[in-house]
Amino acid sequence: MIPAQFDYVRPTTVEEAVQALRDGGDDAKLLAGGQSLLPVLRLRMADPSLIIDLGGIAELKGVREDGDSVVVGAMTSHYDVARDDTLRQHVALIQEATKTVADPQVRHRGTLGGALAHADPAGDLAAPALALDAQFVIAGPDGTRTVAAADFFEDYFTTAIGEGELLTEIRFPKYTGWGARYEKFNRVAQAWSIVAVAATVKTDGGSITDARIGLTNMAGTPVRARGVEAALVGQSATEDNVRQAAQAAAEGTSPTADADAGSDYREHLARVLTGRAVLAAVG
Amino acid sequence: MTTTENPSTPAPEIGRDRRRKEDRRLITGRTRWVDNQALTGLLHLSIVRSPFAHANIKGIDTSAAKQVPGVVAVYSAADIGADQVQLPCAWPITKDMKSPQRPALAGSRVNFAGEGVAVVVARSAAIAKDAAELVEVDYEELEPVLDMEAALQDGATLVHPEIGTNANAQWVFDSGEAGSGGDVAEALKKAESDDDQIVVRRRFRQQRLVPVFMEPRSTVVDPNSEQLTMWSSTQVPHILKTMLALTLGLPEHKIRVIAPDVGGGFGGKIAVAPEEVLTLLVARKLGKPVKWTETRSESLLTAHHGRDQVQELAMSVTKDGRITGLDVKLIADMGAYLGLVGPGVPILGAFMFNAIYKIPAYRFDCTNVFTTKTLTDAYRGAGRPEATFGIERLMDEVALELDMEPLEFREKNWIKHEEFPYTTVSTLTYDTGNYEAATEQAKQMFDYDGLRREQQERRRRGDVKQLGIGISTFTEMCGLAPSRVLGSLDYGAGGWETASIRMQPTGKAEVVVGVSPHGQGHETAFSQIVADQLGVPFDDVEILHGDTQSSYKGLDTYGSRSLAVGGIAVVKAAEKVIEKAKPIAAHMLEAAEGDLEFSGGKFTVKGTDKGVGIQDIALAVFAAHDYPEGIEPDIDAHATFDPENFSFPHGTHLCAVEVDTETGFVELYKYVCVDDVGNVINPLIVEGQVHGGLAQGIAQALYEEAAYDDQGTLLSGTLVDYTLPTAADLISFDTANTTTASTTNPLGVKGVGEAGTIASTPAVVNSVLDAIRHLGVKDIDMPTTPYRVWSAIQNASGHAGRADEANVASPGAGLGSTARDMPEGGNL
Amino acid sequence: MARIRTTVDGLVYEDDVEPRMLLVQYLRERLGKTGTVIGCDTSNCGACTVHLDGMSVKSCSVLAVQANGAEVLTIEGLERDGQLHPMQQAFHDNHALQCGYCTPGMIMQSIDLLGDNPDPSETEIREGIEGNLCRCTGYQNIVRAVQDAASKMKPGASATQQSSAQPVAGGGA
Repeated sequence: MIPAQFDYVRPTTVEEAVQALRDGGDDAKLLAGGQSLLPVLRLRMADPSLIIDLGGIAELKGVREDGDSVVVGAMTSHYDVARDDTLRQHVALIQEATKTVADPQVRHRGTLGGALAHADPAGDLAAPALALDAQFVIAGPDGTRTVAAADFFEDYFTTAIGEGELLTEIRFPKYTGWGARYEKFNRVAQAWSIVAVAATVKTDGGSITDARIGLTNMAGTPVRARGVEAALVGQSATEDNVRQAAQAAAEGTSPTADADAGSDYREHLARVLTGRAVLAAVG
Repeated sequence: MTTTENPSTPAPEIGRDRRRKEDRRLITGRTRWVDNQALTGLLHLSIVRSPFAHANIKGIDTSAAKQVPGVVAVYSAADIGADQVQLPCAWPITKDMKSPQRPALAGSRVNFAGEGVAVVVARSAAIAKDAAELVEVDYEELEPVLDMEAALQDGATLVHPEIGTNANAQWVFDSGEAGSGGDVAEALKKAESDDDQIVVRRRFRQQRLVPVFMEPRSTVVDPNSEQLTMWSSTQVPHILKTMLALTLGLPEHKIRVIAPDVGGGFGGKIAVAPEEVLTLLVARKLGKPVKWTETRSESLLTAHHGRDQVQELAMSVTKDGRITGLDVKLIADMGAYLGLVGPGVPILGAFMFNAIYKIPAYRFDCTNVFTTKTLTDAYRGAGRPEATFGIERLMDEVALELDMEPLEFREKNWIKHEEFPYTTVSTLTYDTGNYEAATEQAKQMFDYDGLRREQQERRRRGDVKQLGIGISTFTEMCGLAPSRVLGSLDYGAGGWETASIRMQPTGKAEVVVGVSPHGQGHETAFSQIVADQLGVPFDDVEILHGDTQSSYKGLDTYGSRSLAVGGIAVVKAAEKVIEKAKPIAAHMLEAAEGDLEFSGGKFTVKGTDKGVGIQDIALAVFAAHDYPEGIEPDIDAHATFDPENFSFPHGTHLCAVEVDTETGFVELYKYVCVDDVGNVINPLIVEGQVHGGLAQGIAQALYEEAAYDDQGTLLSGTLVDYTLPTAADLISFDTANTTTASTTNPLGVKGVGEAGTIASTPAVVNSVLDAIRHLGVKDIDMPTTPYRVWSAIQNASGHAGRADEANVASPGAGLGSTARDMPEGGNL
Repeated sequence: MARIRTTVDGLVYEDDVEPRMLLVQYLRERLGKTGTVIGCDTSNCGACTVHLDGMSVKSCSVLAVQANGAEVLTIEGLERDGQLHPMQQAFHDNHALQCGYCTPGMIMQSIDLLGDNPDPSETEIREGIEGNLCRCTGYQNIVRAVQDAASKMKPGASATQQSSAQPVAGGGA
């Protein structure tokens, strides 16, 4: 099926994009990789009057180191994120999660920024971004501002990106040497996560010295499993210890119930998958 | 005339793993799908469909839609008489069957969500869709009818008030009445009071499925030629042609139906679809070629669904494991209307519940019921997968009650190889089979005993991942069908098939068949048959099909009939060619007909090296300069074959799964099947059919379900929610064949199209239950999703599970979560 | 309307298109490249897979305007001088297709897969084609075909197959 009519612009700078957003008003929609937007348009579940294609803005693509951070342009494709050496070395968790997004063709087109800004609670990249304490750089009419991951995800499909703004960069602190695992649970390979757990863990001589854990699809936004993180630190990385700590995984979550899972099942999965993710992360 | 020097007889084509002739255009993209048709002046349809399951149509306002530039017309049902159409049902299963009118567009009431209420015609599909969104329909909502058992209760809301009931028909077979066995009520009663017998009762649910052929349906109608031409993505061009004539009162010889490349069907394209009729009505009204192509979501919503039964089964059995009676009570959901063969689908199961077993008393009682859902009709296996699931699940349950190894219990009751031919309690005569051989080979390939040991080990250790082993020893009836049998079942047509062979002057053979392939490989398999029969090279044979102008007579493709019926028609036509060629050969060789023998494509005079090839005879009759008096100079032939019996493939399927007891996730571990499909024409094609069949049967067990919410809205309305298995979800299957040739056809073939689907579903579910039964789990509805498996384990261990399941589209699974409103400004 | 210029299967095209036109519709309806087909509306099935600047994409989830300036390779551009691409040949040799509707997308994705990973394991193949649905084959012979093609496209495999593979292999480059 073909989408409803819309106008199309393809800015080449962030400034032009911001201007296009201002010109387009309420009915403008940003197109990043388009792997969620185009199906939505085809099903005619949305009918924006203007599509602003960010694909022509070179400055939004690529991965670079910036002191203690690794900076990923919002329009960097999943494919490029998944094979980037800098990310592999310093932010392995985002790479592990990215490899599980959809399928190869979608990963060729889909972008990190697009996925994060879409903020689908079942999407796979928000939980690792939250766990990693990513910073979101947002450009708007008044210049740029930076929002912490904890403040970025506000609700189902709702982020701190305001009207007239766009996400330009995601900045990750370095987690060099940390183990990482994205434990995804879905019904078939193509399906979205019922629950998934993003875990990155630092160990020293068999002991866990630090841990970051984010949960996918356990609420309208990604959830940080801080209780588990706290319980892990200082523990030797044994299966018993990890599983014990993982019992706190569902604290503070508010999972939904649907045909694939009741909320009790999601809570249970969060605990089980957290244990598995951490154990895999510590290797 | 030629005399060839001692030609070496070519190796037989039958049995060769020939690569397919069909492939070249398919792997290079030079295909002829219906939607590829681009006729000058072609107009496009978009159908306005009801969002409500059950509603009165109070009014339709088409004025805004008509204003859209590029729109040619907007019609409601009455504008084109679409509400007066009665789409055909060819299988009135009982004399008093209730058959509500099924229009091409709803006139005054819609009876399922997705039913068409108006149609927009425009110069492009996009414009048609734009305008369709502007058609305003005023609905008055009615109570939906969703639960088939509740629908049969007194006072239930009626889908079709005009027929006074939601019951379509009740169809009963009773072996006591038929004289083929005892009275099952008596058998069960006796068992209940007999200390040496037990009665096991179970209720199983056959969920609703969607066939999901990969090519969405498409129809193009060109009204402007001698014959009105319809291209349609259909399995049944011949039936469609005749039915269009009967349904619309058109002269049949003024209709030509073409099924070009058709991208899968699986029963889903056995139909006279409202959209086909609508496209034709609009094309005739406007005098312009018109195209309708569905979207995938439109297909999931409106193309017919399959399965959907409630099964109440009771089996009586002696404590040493002899079955004494089987009672089957079914309720089958027809959906809102009757499809082409919809009411007959569950009835096909009547002959298959007794399966491979010797059952002395049997009763089958099926009630078809209307609901406000998409109609159901044939889906791969049609009635037989449902029956096979019921009996093979029940066999495991009974074995369990008897504390008997499930294979041993089956073996105690199955028909032994020396007992064939065997007439079953449901009156079919199985010609050949060897269940012992197939089972023995399957057990060896599977390492049955080794896996049982591994299973015990894992249980003993209390592993998180428990192993389960499932069995299905199945048979099916296919090769549809002996015409007289169909007559006795009140089916609206016969079951014969036709083939013609046209010998070209250059010796090539054009073979016209009445079956209509859509992925099966008929062109290759039939070429192999003709090559052997006529002794001509494989590449000298061309198979023509799917166009009623060339293939003027046929009954199309379904029910694994193409080889077992259509292939035999090809054999018969070839025999006639040879018969017609014989007097000409005798004339050419100056010999008596009685002295000739035909072999390797050549007539030779016995005891000499004199001979003439069939391809040379083709040239000789083309020239027709010299041929015997009193015969026509022609060796072309046409044959119609009406089978004397069904064919009965069988096999043993063994499945091992790992069930993650912490998450409920089921993973395929090993799958072995040994199928007896009779003689094999092309082992490569047979293996491919088995693979694909397995994938669909496994998917019913693990993945697929067409689910509705409590308003009658289809929840699995896109491929995001209707979860088909991908390559990453399946494993490589170990397949093999044993062979007992069918004795009811000259090729000894049985049919393979549906076997994998019919057999695999119970094997998988049996394996899932086998893995976790020791945890107290008794049954799990299909599909056995992780949530259901985990909940079953929780419930068995006394914990609540599935307490708050909401029957709504899953967030995230709804294409991300498009079921919810997306705030504006989101950056995608 | 937007003016686009693309190279499709080696030929340059210029056209005015509605911004809403999908790449797959442009290929089918404007260029007559009906070898690439549409199987769904949610980007699940992968039947429409083509290569866009050397990478596999679902052409139903790309706007035609987004292909402006790009190079597109479809199933119809694989054959060179009457010789099938090794992947096409492998699909034929291994009976990796039945109805053939998923086949163009499946072949294009399989070529892309080998471009990234010339020697994939069975699991890697299965995951590499998880964005392509097939309803006929159960995928088993498709996996075999990809394994077969991989062995024939490896360095050291026969020269003719190599030369026909070169221009189109290497998706993801």
